[in-house]
Amino acid sequence: MTTLDEPVQVEEEQQPISGLALVPRGPQGQKPADYRSDQEVRWCPGCGDYIILSTVQAMLPTLGLQKENLVFVSGIGCSSRFPYYLDTYGMHSIHGRAPAIATGLAVARPDLSVWVITGDGDALSIGGNHLIHALRRNVNITVLLFNNRVYGLTKGQYSPTSNQGMVTKSSPLGAPDAPFNPVSLALGAEASFVARALDSDREGLADVLRQAAEHRGASLVEIYQNCPIFNDGAFDVLKQPGSDRHLVRLVPGSPVGLGELDDQGRHSHLVVREGGALRVVARDEADPAQVLVHDPADPDPTTAFALSRLSTQDLSHVVTGVFRAVSRPAYDDDVRRQGEDASKASPPDLEDLIFDGDVWSVPSHRGASA
Amino acid sequence: MSTERIDRVVVRFAGDSGDGMQLVGDRFTGQAAAFGNDLATFPSFPAEIRAPQGTVHGVSSFQVHFASSDILTPGDAPDVLVAMNPAALRANTADVPVGGVVIVDPDEFTKRNIAKAGYASDPLSDGSLAHLTIHQVTMGALTLGAVSELGLGRKEALRCRNLFALGLLSWMYGRPTEVVEDYLRQKFAKKPLVAQANVLAFRAGWNFGETTEMFAVSYEVPAAALPAGTYRHVSGNAALALGIIAAGWVSGMKVVLGTYPITPASDILHELAKHKNFPVLTIQAEDEISAVGAALGASFGGALGVTTTSGPGLALKSETIGLAVMAELPLLVVDVQRGGPSTGLPTKTEQADLLQAMFGRHGESPVAVVAPSTPADCFDAALEAARIAVTYRTPVLLLSDGALANGAEPWRLPEIDELADIRPDFSTEPNAADGSGTHWPYLRDDETLARAWAIPGTPGLQHRIGGLEKAADTGAISYDPANHEFMVRLRQQKIAGIDVADLDVHDPSPATTRTLVLGWGSTFGPIQDACRRLAARGVSVAHAHLRHLNPFPANLDEVLARYERVIVPEMNLGQLALLLRGRGATHLISHTQVTGQPFKAGDLEAAVLAYMEGAAA
Repeated sequence: MTTLDEPVQVEEEQQPISGLALVPRGPQGQKPADYRSDQEVRWCPGCGDYIILSTVQAMLPTLGLQKENLVFVSGIGCSSRFPYYLDTYGMHSIHGRAPAIATGLAVARPDLSVWVITGDGDALSIGGNHLIHALRRNVNITVLLFNNRVYGLTKGQYSPTSNQGMVTKSSPLGAPDAPFNPVSLALGAEASFVARALDSDREGLADVLRQAAEHRGASLVEIYQNCPIFNDGAFDVLKQPGSDRHLVRLVPGSPVGLGELDDQGRHSHLVVREGGALRVVARDEADPAQVLVHDPADPDPTTAFALSRLSTQDLSHVVTGVFRAVSRPAYDDDVRRQGEDASKASPPDLEDLIFDGDVWSVPSHRGASA
Repeated sequence: MSTERIDRVVVRFAGDSGDGMQLVGDRFTGQAAAFGNDLATFPSFPAEIRAPQGTVHGVSSFQVHFASSDILTPGDAPDVLVAMNPAALRANTADVPVGGVVIVDPDEFTKRNIAKAGYASDPLSDGSLAHLTIHQVTMGALTLGAVSELGLGRKEALRCRNLFALGLLSWMYGRPTEVVEDYLRQKFAKKPLVAQANVLAFRAGWNFGETTEMFAVSYEVPAAALPAGTYRHVSGNAALALGIIAAGWVSGMKVVLGTYPITPASDILHELAKHKNFPVLTIQAEDEISAVGAALGASFGGALGVTTTSGPGLALKSETIGLAVMAELPLLVVDVQRGGPSTGLPTKTEQADLLQAMFGRHGESPVAVVAPSTPADCFDAALEAARIAVTYRTPVLLLSDGALANGAEPWRLPEIDELADIRPDFSTEPNAADGSGTHWPYLRDDETLARAWAIPGTPGLQHRIGGLEKAADTGAISYDPANHEFMVRLRQQKIAGIDVADLDVHDPSPATTRTLVLGWGSTFGPIQDACRRLAARGVSVAHAHLRHLNPFPANLDEVLARYERVIVPEMNLGQLALLLRGRGATHLISHTQVTGQPFKAGDLEAAVLAYMEGAAA
C-alpha cells in the first residue's frame, strides 16, 4: 500500500521508535524465496556477496513487512547489483549517490523501508560526502557497506579501505594512500547506529541487519566481504581456526572480551580502559574495575570510537556487532513534521497563496475607457 | 509649482550595498503597483555582500520603470538617478541621458569619499556633469533633523536616509504614501522607534519636495490600462516558486525540492521554504549532486522532484539528470542562468547555458527545455515544465536567468480552477505482455511514449530500474546492440514528440514584413519593445519568442521560412542560432551581447535597423 496522500506521524511517546514504525506490516509466513527476483545472480564464483544476499533474503521475512514497501537503492560497483536480485522495489543508481537518492525517497515516503547498498569505493570515495551527511542528518535509511578493500568492478585498483602499500594494477609500487576506518568515520559523522559484521557470519550479520532496520534514523553496517578475484583472503584471519583471538563480538551489557572461552564461558582476554583508550589484556591481568562493559546506547560516542580503533587495518582485534545505537530525531520525520504542523496551522489553499499580499484589481471598464 | 502629466518614467536608486537601495526600490515598485501603473524593475547588486564602503565595487542599485501604458522592460536609461554617495554617482552617471535628473547629497562629497570613488576632482564642481540636471539635497542632514526628536544615535538616524530619498521621489511622482508607511510599521513592528524614524524620514523627504523651490515641476504618471483582472507584482524567482507549488497542486503530487544555495536561484528555495503548509518539502542538501539526487529519489517515490540551481550547479547535476533520462522519471531542473564560465558573474544575467541544458550530459541524453520570457511568466513556465515532466516521465530543464529572477512586474493572477490537471497515471495492475502477471516498467503509452510508472508500495508491481541500458518493454538489463540502438532512438523520439504549442508570431503586416526577430527567454521585453519602436517609425518587423527550446514548436521551420532574414538576439555567443543552423536555417543573423546586462530596447532597435539597411544596401 502507499500512503502518499495520508500524513503520517511517528508517535512521540514511544521510545525508542522503530525505524519501521510507519511501514505497513505484511503477511505472516513469508519465506526467503519470496524475496528472490527472477534475475540470474551474476557475481564471480566465491564472491562474498552471495552469502550476504542469501542472508538478507533469509532475514527480510523476519521484519514482517510487505515486500512492496521495501526499496533497495544502490550506487555503482559489484555490490550495487544487489537490488536486481531482490523482489522488492529497487534502484541501481550512479556512483556514490545512493545515500542522496535514498534521502529524497525517505523524506517523500515514510511508509517505505529504505535500504542503501554500497561498497567501499562507492560509499567512502566518490560518495563520501553523501554518506557522512546522510549519517549526520540521521535520515531513516539503512546503509549496508560491503567492504572488500578493493575496486572489483573496475578490475582491481586499490580503494579507500585498502591496506597502505597494497600492490594493485593502479599501485604497482604499493598504494600510497592511508585507509579509512569506516566505523570510525561513521561515528565521527554523528551516526546514531553503527555496526560491523562478517559476510561469513550469517547469524551475526542477520542480527545486526535486523537491528539496523529497526533503528529509526540512519544505520550503517560495515560488512567485511571477500573478493575472491582481486583481494582474496583479505579477511581469512577472521574465518580460520584461531580467529577467536582476533574477533570481538559485542554483547550489550556484557564485558567486552575475545579469545578462547574457559569452562565457565569466559574469554581469555578482555578489553579494558586505559587512559582515554582501550587495550586488550589477558583476563588475569585485567583490573576488574577497568573492564569495559558494552553499552551501545551510551550517548557519548567516545567509547564506541575507541572500540573502532581497537579494530585496526591489520585485523588484529576486529570488533563486530553494534558499536552504537542511540535515539535521536530522524531528519525525515522532522522535515515532514514541520510541514504537518504548518499545514494544521494554515491549511493550504492555492488561491489564498497566489492572491496573497498587495493585490489590486483592474476592472474591465477601465481598460476600455483609457 | 506645476504638475506635468507624463506617460512613463525610469527611476534608479543607487547607493552603497548597505544603504537600503533594494528596499527603497522595492517600495517604489509597490507604490507604482498600488497606483495601477504598469511596471518593470531591474535590481543590480554586487556579488560581495558588503564590499568596502564608498567604493564603486560596493554600489547597489534598483531601477524602476513605471508607466500609464503597458511596458516591457525596466527601461534603457534612467530619467532620474538618485545617487547616495560619490561612488554611486560614478558607477551610474554614464547611463543617464543628456538633461537627465540626478539627485545627490553634497555632504557626501568629502575629499575622502571623492577619492574612494575614484574621482580625480569633485564632480559637483569640476563641470563634468554639466550635461545633467543636478539637484543637491542634503539628504543626510535633513534626515537627522527630521528624526532628532526620537533621540536615536547618529548612525542609526542616518540609516533612514534611504526613506528620505523615497519620500522625495514619492512627492515628485505623486505616489501613494500609505502603502509605504504601512509597510514600515509592519516591518519594524518590534522596533517601534525605528519604524517611527523611517516614517518621519519618508515624510520629511515628501515635505522637502513640496516646500522647497528646488523642483519646478512634479509629475503625474496615470494608471495603466492593463487588461482586466487581479494583479500583484511579482519577481521571477517568486513566480517560479509559486508555479512549482501550483504544479504540485494540479498534479496531486507532493513536491520535494532538493537544492543547494546558489546565486541567483536561492530565493526560490527561500520562497518554497515559507510555504510548508502545502505538500512541499525542502531539502537543503550538502551539495548540488545530492540536491538533484534527493529530488530524483523523491520522484522515484511518486513525488514531483524539483531541483533549483544556476549554471555551475547544473554542471554538477548532469550525471544525475542522465540517470533520470535513463530511468525515465519526472524531474524538474531549474537553472537560473548567470554570467559564466566558472564563477563568472554570479549576480549578473546571461543565456549561455542553453547548450549545456540541451547537451551537457554524456551519451545521447535528450531532455525537454523550457524558458520563461518575463518574471510573471515564470509561473506559467514552471507549470508547463511540470506538465511535460509528469506526462512524459522525463527531466525538464527550465532556463530562467538573473534578469528574470530578480526583476519584477505586475502579474495578472490566474484563475485557479482553470489550471490544467496534470495528474500522473500511476500503474496499479500488472501489465506484462507475456501474461506473467508482473510489471514491465518500460511498456509505453502509444501516443506519448511515456513508460508505465508504478511507485514503491504498489503491491505486486515490484521492479528494479537504474542507469544500465534497458530492454524495451521489460526494462531488464540489456547489452544487446540492436536493443540499445532502438532505445537510444526511442528516448530521442519521445522528447521530439512532446506536444508543445505552436510558435506565435507578432507580425504587424504579415503580407509585407521581411524581417523576423526570434528570441527566447528574458530577451522578450527588449525585443518586443524594439519592434514597437520600429513600428512607430513605420518599419515593420515581426517578433516570435520561443518558450520551448526542446522540442521546438512543430511550426518553427515554417515560420522561419516565411521571412527573408531572421535576427536572433541572445545574451550568449549564438547558441540558439547554432541550434537553428543545425536544422538547416541559412538566413540567420546572430546578434549577441555578453555584458551581464539585459539588452536595451534602443540598442536592439538600432541593431535591427542596421541589419535591415545593411541587407538593403
